[in-house]
Amino acid sequence: MSTPDVVVTGLGATTPLGGDVDALWDGLLASRSGVRLLEEEWVETYDLPVRIAAPLAVEPTEVLPRVEARRLDRVEQVAMVAARQAWRDAGFGEGEDAGVEPERLGVVIGTGVGGAGTLLAMDDQLESNGVRKVSPLTVPMLMPNGPAAWVGIDLKARAGVHAPVSACASGAEAIAWAFRMLRAGEADVVVAGGAEACIAAITMAGFAQSRTMSTRNDDPEGASRPWDVDRDGFVLGEGAGCIVLERAEFAAARGARVYAKLVGAGTSADAHHITAPDPEGTGQARAMRAALRSGDIDPQRVHHVNAHATSTPVGDVTETVAVRKAIGDHPVLTAPKSVLGHLLGAAGAVESIATILTVHHGLIPPTKNLEQLDPGVTLDVVRDEPRKMDIDVALNDSFGFGGHNVTLAFAKA
Amino acid sequence: MADNAKILAGLAEIVEEVAGVAKDEVTPEKSFVDDLDIDSLSMVEIAVQAEDKFGVKIPDDELANLKTVGDAVNYVAKNS
Repeated sequence: MSTPDVVVTGLGATTPLGGDVDALWDGLLASRSGVRLLEEEWVETYDLPVRIAAPLAVEPTEVLPRVEARRLDRVEQVAMVAARQAWRDAGFGEGEDAGVEPERLGVVIGTGVGGAGTLLAMDDQLESNGVRKVSPLTVPMLMPNGPAAWVGIDLKARAGVHAPVSACASGAEAIAWAFRMLRAGEADVVVAGGAEACIAAITMAGFAQSRTMSTRNDDPEGASRPWDVDRDGFVLGEGAGCIVLERAEFAAARGARVYAKLVGAGTSADAHHITAPDPEGTGQARAMRAALRSGDIDPQRVHHVNAHATSTPVGDVTETVAVRKAIGDHPVLTAPKSVLGHLLGAAGAVESIATILTVHHGLIPPTKNLEQLDPGVTLDVVRDEPRKMDIDVALNDSFGFGGHNVTLAFAKA
Repeated sequence: MADNAKILAGLAEIVEEVAGVAKDEVTPEKSFVDDLDIDSLSMVEIAVQAEDKFGVKIPDDELANLKTVGDAVNYVAKNS
């Protein structure tokens, strides 16, 4: 049996740029920053050194039914919103009219942190009001497989429901996992993505203490500046992205619209340092090569890389070194985190949507805030305006604390 | 002893808040699980809120016996 081709037929997202995929894409093309000054009381209470973040543009509680929302942590809420959008976008129905057998439908949704808000709120309840006031839903709300599990129940997915956890690579790893399920013949359709919602005092304090966040509090929209000489760290964001992946033959048989093909997925690990990437970019380059190998893709076909580039002083340049090693000097880069902020476990999924639309429309969104390119970067970076380009293959990179590297390869349909 | 109609109304408010069942659906003959589709996790929440609202104790072994809305109303009426 030949290896099945995999296509992308549905997209869904809720991000700092808006409550759907159109708002995400328009925001990226227009470089409309989702970063703002936080107005929460705890910023003042704890005198946090970082006071900026990229919160959701649309509250999930405005979209979901009230009773459903109260049973879900925020990270589960955003996953549900994005997954349902993707499902509808792919043209699938509900119940008996779903269009795919439950036993042939999978869900893979990762998160970096999981239901942190619930953990914190229920710990407060326990401290203040005792065990009676701890919600019986505490555990299903805080468990990191919660987003995948709820979406799996909602869509009646019985081929397998999985939740990879690999920090900022989680969303991309979920897509890689889905790709492998489809290629192995374990499912006909898989809903894959990532979700994150952990903008809270403790995460802001923790990241600030690890000195990985931008402290450009006086200029929120200018704070996330990948590859710029004045970058000083990432900006924390929240949101979710989901895509519907299908066996190409299955999609063709039901006459589905195809955005792009997923032609490769590669993973590797640095085994170097818990937060810093291997400075030679060796592990990252191995993930890129593995992605190309898995799809038998000639590096010359890779015209574009949607980079992980988080706006940290070290990571941004390392990635470009890895791109040159694995692919060459020809790919044109962009860094969506310049407008989105860093969505951690959702980043790889939301940025895959950006990559898919880039391939689909032949249009690369610009990198915002790139005023003076780091001299260590010798590749062509799209800035100021979107760039038209007929793209054969585009890569999406995602790297996570822990040294997890994931590269996905999308090709024109 | 509290008025059963008042207890029913109070209980219906809790059930609506926790499980999204319309208040007028919460009638004495309805089973929480079979008719109102309330799961065991929501039953715990409903019990805790009922304890606070009516000033009763509902131990787990008693909660297990409260199959219908009417069972719960009678339990509260007897024990508050």
